[in-house]
Order: sequence, then C-alpha cells, then structure tokens
Amino acid sequence: MSASRSTSRRRAANFDAPMVRRAAGDALRKLHPRLLARNPVMFVVAVGSVLTTGLLLRDAIGGAGARVVLFEGQVTLWLWFTVLFANFAEAMAEGRGKAQADSLRRTRQETSARRELPGGGLETVSATALRKGDIVRIEAGEMIPGDGDAIEGVATVNEAAITGESAPVIRESGGDRSAVTGGTTVLSDWLRIRITANPGETFVDRMIALVEGAERQKTPNEIALNILLAGLTIVFLLATVTLLPYSLYAVQAGGGSAPPTVPILVALLVCLIPTTIGGLLSAIGIAGIDRVMQHNVLATSGRAVEAAGDVDTLLLDKTGTITLGNRQAVEFRPVAGVDEATLADAAQLSSLADETPEGRSIVVLAKEYGLRERELASHEARFVEFTAQTRMSGVDWGQRRIRKGAAEAVYRWLREQGMAIPHDLEASATSVAQVGGTPLVVADNTSGALGVIYLKDIVKGGMRERFDQLRAMGIRTIMITGDNPLTAAAIAGEAGVDDFLAEATPEAKMQLIRREQAGGRMVAMTGDGTNDAPALAAADVGVAMNTGTQAAKEAGNMVDLDSNPTKLIEVVEIGKQLLMTRGALTTFSIANDVAKYFAILPALFGGLYALARAGHGPLWALNIMGLHSPESAILAAVIFNALIIVALIPLALRGVTYRPMAAAQLLRRNLLVYGLGGVLAPFPGIWLIDRLLVLLHLAPNA
Amino acid sequence: MTLLGWAQIALFLALLYLATRPLGRYLARVFAGERNALDRVLGPLERLIYRLAGIDPHVEMHPTAYALALLAFSLVGTLLTYVLLRCQGWLPLNPMGFSTATAPRGATAMTPDLAFNTAVSFATNTNWQAYGGESTLSYLSQMLALAYHNWVSAAAGMAVAVALVRGFARRGAATIGNFWFDLVRATLYVLLPLCVVFSLVLVSQGVAQNLAPYPTVSTLDGGRQTIAMGPVASQEAIKMLGTNGGGFFNANSAHPFENPTPLTNMLSMLSIFLLPAALFGMFGAMVGDERQGWALWAASAVMFLVGVTTVYAAETAGSPLAVRHGVAAGQGNMEGKEQRFGQAQSALFTTVTTAASCGAVCAMHDSLTPLATLVPLVNMQTDEVIFGGVGAGLYGLLIYAVLTVFIAGLMVGRTPEYLGKRIEAREVKLAMLFVLVSSASILCLTALAVSLPGPSSGVLNGGPRGFGEMLYAFSSATGNNGSALAGITANTPFYNVALGLAMLVGRFLMMLPALALAGSLAAKKYTPPSAGTFPTTTGLFVALLVGVIVIVAALTFFPALSLGPILEHGLMHAGRLF
Amino acid sequence: MKTHLLPAFRLTIVLALLTGVVYPLAITAAARLAFPYSANGSLLRDARGRVVGSALLGQRFGSPRYFQPRPSAAGDGYDAAASAGSNLGPTSRKLADAMAERVAAYRQLNGLAATQPVPADAVTASASGLDPHISPANAYLQVARVARERGLSVEQVGRLVARHTQPRQLGFLGEPRVNVLRLNLDLDAPAVR
Repeated sequence: MSASRSTSRRRAANFDAPMVRRAAGDALRKLHPRLLARNPVMFVVAVGSVLTTGLLLRDAIGGAGARVVLFEGQVTLWLWFTVLFANFAEAMAEGRGKAQADSLRRTRQETSARRELPGGGLETVSATALRKGDIVRIEAGEMIPGDGDAIEGVATVNEAAITGESAPVIRESGGDRSAVTGGTTVLSDWLRIRITANPGETFVDRMIALVEGAERQKTPNEIALNILLAGLTIVFLLATVTLLPYSLYAVQAGGGSAPPTVPILVALLVCLIPTTIGGLLSAIGIAGIDRVMQHNVLATSGRAVEAAGDVDTLLLDKTGTITLGNRQAVEFRPVAGVDEATLADAAQLSSLADETPEGRSIVVLAKEYGLRERELASHEARFVEFTAQTRMSGVDWGQRRIRKGAAEAVYRWLREQGMAIPHDLEASATSVAQVGGTPLVVADNTSGALGVIYLKDIVKGGMRERFDQLRAMGIRTIMITGDNPLTAAAIAGEAGVDDFLAEATPEAKMQLIRREQAGGRMVAMTGDGTNDAPALAAADVGVAMNTGTQAAKEAGNMVDLDSNPTKLIEVVEIGKQLLMTRGALTTFSIANDVAKYFAILPALFGGLYALARAGHGPLWALNIMGLHSPESAILAAVIFNALIIVALIPLALRGVTYRPMAAAQLLRRNLLVYGLGGVLAPFPGIWLIDRLLVLLHLAPNA
Repeated sequence: MTLLGWAQIALFLALLYLATRPLGRYLARVFAGERNALDRVLGPLERLIYRLAGIDPHVEMHPTAYALALLAFSLVGTLLTYVLLRCQGWLPLNPMGFSTATAPRGATAMTPDLAFNTAVSFATNTNWQAYGGESTLSYLSQMLALAYHNWVSAAAGMAVAVALVRGFARRGAATIGNFWFDLVRATLYVLLPLCVVFSLVLVSQGVAQNLAPYPTVSTLDGGRQTIAMGPVASQEAIKMLGTNGGGFFNANSAHPFENPTPLTNMLSMLSIFLLPAALFGMFGAMVGDERQGWALWAASAVMFLVGVTTVYAAETAGSPLAVRHGVAAGQGNMEGKEQRFGQAQSALFTTVTTAASCGAVCAMHDSLTPLATLVPLVNMQTDEVIFGGVGAGLYGLLIYAVLTVFIAGLMVGRTPEYLGKRIEAREVKLAMLFVLVSSASILCLTALAVSLPGPSSGVLNGGPRGFGEMLYAFSSATGNNGSALAGITANTPFYNVALGLAMLVGRFLMMLPALALAGSLAAKKYTPPSAGTFPTTTGLFVALLVGVIVIVAALTFFPALSLGPILEHGLMHAGRLF
Repeated sequence: MKTHLLPAFRLTIVLALLTGVVYPLAITAAARLAFPYSANGSLLRDARGRVVGSALLGQRFGSPRYFQPRPSAAGDGYDAAASAGSNLGPTSRKLADAMAERVAAYRQLNGLAATQPVPADAVTASASGLDPHISPANAYLQVARVARERGLSVEQVGRLVARHTQPRQLGFLGEPRVNVLRLNLDLDAPAVR
C-alpha cells in the first residue's frame, strides 16, 4: 500500500522469547494491589483468589478430604492464573513499546551538544541540559541533541532512530523542512538549530512516555467501558452472594445436598463477571497506540487514536495526497494562426532552465514535436525566474522575449507590451481549467500570445476506490486545494472525493473545520506548514508531517514520521479497529456467560431435592453438556475462563480483522463471529476441559 | 393450544399495532403543546388547573428541577393517601363502615404499616395489595386515596418518559420540559378521554358502578350471600390504562364485577399495552424517525411472544399430577382460572400484566405451572420493558437500548451513538445504575426475607414455590408491578415495610437516573447519521436489544430462578409434593 | 424542593378532586342512566321477584337438585365479599389431595365410572372464587343426575343446558360456558315443565 507498511515491519509484533519472559515477570509485578485496583474486574478476581487461598489453607490444615483439597487447590490455582493472564496480556502489550523506549532512552542520555554562548563561542554541554531557546551547532556525524528548528544551514539527516527509515532526509533552515528531532543524526554538512523543547518534553520523551504507558490515561471510551464492566461485576457479585441464603433456604425446604461452599461461589462469580474483556481491555488500548506507531505515526495520546475511529470528515490536501505532487504538461493548444510546433518551441525555450517538475515535463512534451534540447550557451539567453509577484517565468533570447505563466499574469504582460489578447486564448485557458488542468499561457514579444500549455494534475492510482471505501464507512472526504474552483471541481470529480475547498486559505480551512464540527461531525486533517497550525489544533485528529514545522507538529495530536499525508486514512482505520476490538471482546465476554451457567448451576444445585437413590436432583438436568461431576464442571468453567484470556491475547494485540464496509455489514459480521461465537464457543471448550480433567484424574468422574 | 387461542393472541397484537401510530402521533402533539382535537373541550379546564395550582406551565426545567418537582408531587400524594387511609373510618362514602366499630366480620384493619405500604404502593404505580379491597376499603378510599394515584402515577411515568425522549430529541439544550405541564396534559388529554370511554364500555358489559352498600341476598339454594360492589368501572378503566393493576376487589380482574366477559378481558389487556405501545410511537415521532419507535416495538413484541407462548404452552399442558388424579387433560391447568377466559386469554393476560408494570390478574399466578410463573418473574426482573408500564416501559427500554448501543455499537468501530447522541461514560454510568438498582433491590431484599424465620415462614406453598413467592414479591414490588404469587402472607410489618421500600427504590431510584440521562443527552450535540453509524432501526438491532436484555438483565437472575420455577418444574414432573 | 412543594400540594388537591371525586361520580351518574342493570351489579330475581344473586357471580349450590358450580376458595365458598383463589400451586400436597377428593366426589355424585376423566373446571377452584360459569362438558355430565333428582327427562334438562350454553363471545373470544345461577334459576321456573 504505502511506504509506511514496509517500514512498519521493523517493529512488527511477534512473540519472541525475551519479550514473553519479560512480560511474565511484569505479570507478577502487576499483582501489587495498587495496580490491581485500577481494574475493578480483575480486582474482584484477585480478592476472590485470596479468599479461596485462605479457605484452601484452612481446609488443607483442618484435614478436609483429599477430594475437597484437590478441588479447592485447583480452583485457587486457576483463579490466580486468571489474574496473572490478564496482567500478562497488559505486559505483552507494553512490552513492544518498552523495548523501543529503552533504545530511545539510551540515545538521549549519551548525547552531548555544543551550545552557542551569548557572547559568541561554543560550550559543550549534555543534551539534558539544553533548554528552550538555546542555539546549538551540529556537524556531520553528530547526533541532534534535542527537538528544534534549523535556523541556518542545509544538511542531510538520518532519522532512522525515530522513523525507522534509513534513507536520509534534507533539513534546511526556513520553509517547511526546518524541524529536526532529537536523537537523529546529521550525515553531511551542518546545521544551526534553535532548541524548541525542554528536556522531558521532547518528541522522544513523549514517545517514551507513551510507549511505556507510564502516563497512559484511560481514554473516554475506555472509561465508559470500565464503568459498564464495574457495573456488571457488582450485579453478578450480588447475584452470587445472595445465592448463599437462597440455597440455604432451598436445602432447608427440600433437604438433599449441602449448600454450595464459598470457593464454588467465588468460582461462579469469576466465571460470570466479564473477565475476558476486563483482562484484555488495557492491552487492547496499548496495542492500538502501538499499531499506530508501527505505521510510523506518533500519537500524543490514546485519546487521539480513539478519536480517529470516530472521524466523519477527512480533510485531505490535494497535492501529495490525492494527486501526485507534480503536474505534467500533456498538450499544447496554440491560438488561431499559430501552429503547435511554434508553440512547442517557445514553450521549450522558456522552460529550459526551469528545473521544476512542471518545467521538465514541458521540455519532455516538446520533444514529441521533434525539438531537441538546445545548447543554451550558443545563444545569449537570459532566463527569467518565476517569482510570486510576476507569476511568470521565461527567457530573453536575444531580442526575443518569451514568457509563460498564469493566464492573468501573461495577459498583463501582453498589455504592457501593447499587444492584443486573442479572443480564443481565453476560451482555451478556461477549457483547460474546466477539466481540472492548469493552463499556462505562452507569449512572446514578437508575435504576442502563442497558446496554452495544458498542465494536468495526475490523480494517484487507487484513490477513487479508497474514497469509495471511506464513503461506505460513512466518512466524507473533502479535498483542500489552492486551485481555483473550476480546476478543483474537475480534480475532485476525477478523484471521487465528496467535496472540495478551492482557493483554500488557512482561514477558509478553519471555517470549514468549524462548520463541520458545528454539524456534529468529527474532522481529521493533515498539515505541515506553520499556517496549518491553527487548523491542526482545531481538528479532532490533526496529523502533522514530520517534515513540517515545529509549530505544526505541536498543534496536531499526531505526527507522521514518514510525512505521508495518505496515511491519515490508515490512522482512521486503526482507530476504528481499536474500538471494534473492544466491542467485539466485550460482546464475546458477556455472551460467554450463557454456557458457564450451564456448567456451574447444575454443579451448584444438582444435588438439591435429590431423591436418595438417584443422587441427582432435578437441576442436574441443566447439565446439557454432560459434564462428569460437579467438581469437573466447575473446574472446567474456571479453566476455560482463564485460558480464553490467553487465547485472545493475540487478537487483542493484533486487533480484529478490519475491512472497510458499512456499519450495518460490519455489525452483522462481527456479531456473528463474536456474539454468536461467544455464546457457542465455551460449550465445546468446557466440554473438552471436563474430559481432560477426568482423564488426568484431576477431577472425579461422578 | 388451539387455533382459536392463537387467533385471540394474534388479534391482540394486531389491534395494538394498529393503535400505536395514530395514538403515538397524538401523544407527540399533546406533549409538544400543539393544538389537538380536544383543545376546545379541555383547554379551558387545563388553564383553570394551572391557575388553581399556581403553576406556570411554560417554564422550562433543568433535570434537577424536573426531578424535584416529581419528588415533591409524589411525596405530597403519598402523605395525603396515608392520612386518608388512616382516617377512612371518619370519612364519608363508607357504607360498610370499614375501620369503624360497624365493620363487617373479617374486615382488615388499616394499620400504620399497611397504610404505609398501600400509600407507597399506589403512589409508585405498583398497586401491590396487602389487603383485600372489598374487605378493607371505603369507597372514598378507593376513589380518592387510591384511584387518584392510578391517574397521576401513570401521568408522572409518562412525564419522565417524555422528558427522556426530549433528551434525545433536543440538541445542546439545558432543559427537558416542565413537569407540571407534562403531568397535567397526560392526565387531561390522554388518560381522561380514554377512561371515560373505557369505563362506560365496561359498564355496558356488566362491570358494576354504584355507591350502594353491599346487598345481602338469599341464594337460590337457601343460603345467604353478601355481594360486594362499588364504583368499580371508573376505577377499572384507569387501573388498566395507567398500568396500575390495583384491583377494586381482592380477586382483581378475575372478579366478574371487574371483568365480566371475554370481551372486557380483551379490552382490558389492550388498554394495559395501549399507552406503552403508543409511547413507542410517540418516541419515534418526537425524534423524527418513526422506525426508531417501531424497533422498540418489535423488540417488545418478540419478547412478548416468547413469554405468551411459554405460558400458554405450560398452562395447556397443565400438571401431570392432575391427569393422574383423573382430571381430563383438555382444559389444561384450571386451578385459579376463570371458565369464561380459558387458557389463551389467561396466558395472554398473565404475560401482558407482568410485561407492563400493571399487575392486575385474571388468573391466580400462584396456581400457575412452574414454567408459567417463570415468565412473569423474568418480565419483572428485566425491569418491565416489554412495552412496559406507562412511561416506565419506554424509559426502561430506552436505557437498555443505550446499553445495547454501547456494548455492541463499538463493534462498528465508532464511539457508540444512539439517535445521534454519543453514548459516553456518564450515560453508561446512569444506565448501569438503573440496572443495578433493580437487581440489588430484588436480590438483597429476597435474601433478607429468606434468611429471617418470620418472613420465610409466611409462604403458603412449600418447596421451591415458597422461595418463588418471596422472590416474586420483591421482583413485583421493585418492578412496580403489583401482582403476586398471592399465597404469601404479605400483610405483616416486615413485608409491608420491606416491600414498601422496594417499591420506592424501584420507582424513584430508577426514575432519577432516567431524568439525569435526559439532561445529559439533551445537552449533547447531534451527530448526523452516516453509513458508519450503528443502525438502530434494523432487525439486527432488535435482536441485539433482546439479547442484551436477556443476557444482562435476565441471566443475572438465572441462578435464583433455577432455585424457584426451574427446580419446581423438575419436581412437578417427578411427582414431588410439598 | 421547597419551591416545588406548594404547587405540588395545590395541584394534588385539584387533580385529586378531578380524578378522585368528579370523575367517578360522573361515571356513576352516567352509568346509572345508561346501564342501570349492570351498574347496580346485574342482580337477578327469581319468579317471585326476590333478588337471588348477581348474574355475574357464582353461588353455592349444595343440593344435588341443582347444577353444581366450581369449587370456590372465596371465604368458606362463594363469599362475594371475600373474593379469592386458592393460590395453591401444582406441587401443593393440599391441592393434590383436594383435587383427588373432588374427583372422587364428582364421580360419585354424578354416577360416573371410576376411570372416567372429570372436567378440570369441576375440580379446580376458580381465580375469583366467584366464577359463575362451568364448562358445557361439566354441565352435561351433571344433566343425568339433575334430571333424576328433579324427575325430569334427560332431554328436557339437556335442552335447558344447551339453551344456557353461551358460545365464545363474538364467535372466538374466551371459552364456551354455562352460567350456573341462570341455569338453576330456569330449572326452578315453572316453564321447564
């Protein structure tokens, strides 16, 4: 797809041994009550585990039968495993970021910098001593000590430490490629840099904090989900606790077996509360941020990633996102009385020194008219460069002066030369603009207007399909361009975007964002220039290009290290995938309860109202899975409940499979897999575990 | 089960369907304060009421003010009823002299705890009756102390539902309407015309309506029979339309004076569901998309059909024991049923009355087969959202819809939205509070009752049904339903107080989250729907909503239910007796 | 709260008078005018004009000369001032015993074989305890006995039962039924002979 996909492989997830070992250690460390208390569901499981451990000790010491101790021992063990598995999932999710953060931290600590003294001269200080506003000088081979803006010089910089991309990039003072990042290395030449971030606030620092989850704050959606899970936990806690008096009454009213013991009730509770999603929730969130990072996009918060999933409107810059950056000359349209070759000749002459891609494409097109590149030195040629004021470029060729440029500019020049503007010239220019092209008018001082060069915007391949997908997902795309409305409309039509903003100024962009937001829609955009900063800040998701200015990078809530504006679409998809994963696992977790009831309730109450000879009371009929014994049934449910967490870790880290489609279709598909699957999956799972337990003599078979 | 039986069930749903849209649109106009057909007649009366009560009906209220007005109004009414009940012996329209020295033999005394329980019961739209109407209450108590609440508790329920719907319909608003306005308009424009028509139809079919003392007659066979009567029809109409359910007589809608013919029975059942269903229609109309209302309607109808089928099947199958004793199988379980209604109508009534928070009965639930008692229990434990009580059904189901959208809505990869309102932490918190309150009340209070020797020995039936009687009582009280497995001896200080508390909790602690939710939603921006929006008008959403109600609400009670009706079902087939 | 209490109180008084006094009295007046018979309890008189009960309420008939109504749990049986069902469930020993007893008594009274199934309504207490009806099957099983006791032909009594058998209302609502009081009243009427 895009370049980012290839670089992402560098950090692609896999369960390598050191990472698993590290996560296993972390899982134990996360047993600290303070950490557990952050997750209400797992906290309840932990409390239950402590309770059953105590009761197990009491029974073991008190000389309860082997059958009881074996059973309670296993229940206790698997309850602890449930907690540990959840911790392990979180640790695994954090693990990938942590390894990366460690290497980042190493680079930062070892860097030193040469800071300019106020009175002139340089002093060598540690990178950590640098403050905002300091000016440092970096030579080839040195590491840039902190985030900043180049204020002098041009250099090639290797940003692999941050972006993972080994190809060097150019950084230069002024313009939109002035921002440099701490931890990157200057390969050639030198730079003078003004530091823009204090230690602890730099890009690398933010990245470390984020990947380590140290400052990870729960996202709004995560908070809401936690409330739901806590609420369900309380409901099931009440349902379980009140079972004790209920069953005491039943025993009293009908005789039969003893009421359920506390470890069994704890087992029931743990099986009913949503441990699957409760255990995986934070892992899903961390993995979501990590996935964004694998695409070489740095989000400043999990909130931003989540917001990406909610985006309704994408503002996409035309150039570089929708079209290839460069326009190409595709046709010469001479005015009446001028032949194409004459126009081509003049166009070529005027473009010989034009090194812009457009200029070169004119020269290439002219070759098709049999014109060879000419020796410039043999004539007294003087080239007129394009300026923002004249909006023309050209060549003075002896007495002949050729100009090409925007229609209005060339008209003005012709009038200055006292020459008429042919009536078909205007029509020709307009017709080019109408089909989305850019007309360049060519004229000279001898024969006046010669004709129009048709510069065409080339829409990137596959964009129309991409926009169709986005539309199916309910996302509107708006193309932002500086072109005039006619040109913009034509390109918008060709690319298949839903709307466009032509002759876009920063103010117009802001207005557009405000208008969309007032309509209740969430807006995402990319930007790089300083004048994009207000819009980036206003947008719900603002992705700044890493090549962009520091102001832009600070205004947005994400930075694309590859500076690839198309990636905004992928960020949106990751956001959606994050939310979908949460929803899918929540549904799965809650749907699981159905089967667990059918394992545990017969085990709990199967003996009630039993007639002496039969051994089982009427409620044993609920044992539709045909589980062997009350012990094996309860253990099977508890073990399934614990193992499902482990089984779903890869899914939590990877995210559910995402395909762009309408919400109704997505829902149908996910509901089938995770809803219906959630209801059905535990039945064979519990059945199988029950069989194994009996085979291994870990539980009695009747 | 017979074809004619199913035809009656089908007709019932068809008539309900036909009434939903027009009545729903009418309700939307009423609560929007728009002009309607009844303005000419009722407009002056409405303005007179505002003037007499000193109310400005056009002041918009914040959720807090709305809630306080509701609480103040309910408090005043409850106290008034308590006083009236305690003083009925000194008040007029008491031809039988209840609570006086001349009270008939066997009359029940209006003790403080019974008066508390009864006042709370009617103020909360529960109409749990720890007394027998014809042996306890004067006509004035019936009309003024109790039937008054049948009106205003239903109107208050509608008001809360309307306020919540406004929360969905409004955008960036701080207020959710005016409680007094909603209350008065619900009473005048909705309940009054329906009650006048319905009560006269009932009289035409034989329902009594007089203020005479009970006549004593010599029967054909030479015995004597004292015939309790009274202003029954006027009370019967509002009892059904307001989903109150408090019978004029002890036997409630099984009593021939309340419900003399199969036609009155059908009309009674329709009038229970009429306003709840119409409120779904109103909801659709107010949020500008009637399909949204139909989705709730469909979810209700699906659950309803499952319920009615279960009861109908269980009751026609009857008890295997009866057949062994030589009873013909064809009629099904006739214990506690009236011959004129038969199994289909009785099953329909049992399901309707507990799906809505009505609680009237035309068959005695305590004599139902175990699986048939399972249906009322589940209906009440899921907070009566199958059409539900007047108002309470709509706001309850909307809260479940919010939960559904939140749980499953994430699966489409967006922060969940319902009707363009984002469902965030605060909404989830309030919705969970709603679910939690009812579960906690039912589960904990039942646990208390079974643990105490006094209350747990107050049951009539033994074995699992004894437990069922207690579980049912607290489910009914918390759900503000009012029906009972009536074998339980409820007129004791413990049950009067504990059930009274359950009713208060089930009414107000559930209305408050609903109103807070209304405020929270009203303040939100509106997100226009797109292809990426979670669809809430499709069959899939209906299935999901049902699934969430079953899994989140019903499954919570599965362990408790398995100790009650489910266990009993097994025992019944094993031939065990208690 | 305080600001709401006064309007709450005033509105309570106004609405209580409207819905708790004016409405029921107005309906009483209208009902008495339009449907005086049913408004006053559908009271039935015998041939001598004496009120014998309500057409809507069952009453006790001890004598075998009369058709027997369903068992009743209202008071000590058909107490029209204490309506009630038995509230006994299907696993109740008391109910099972009572049912067995009633089945035996019914068979004996009506001279049925010991294996003859008995209509359910004949041996079960109704919901109100005041059910005025029995099933036609129940009525026909009693015809022979009543005819014998009264010295009438089975056909005569059977015709009377047929005349008193109410079909389903509107053809499909509820169940067919026989009003016991009306039937017995007609049995006593001289016209039968």
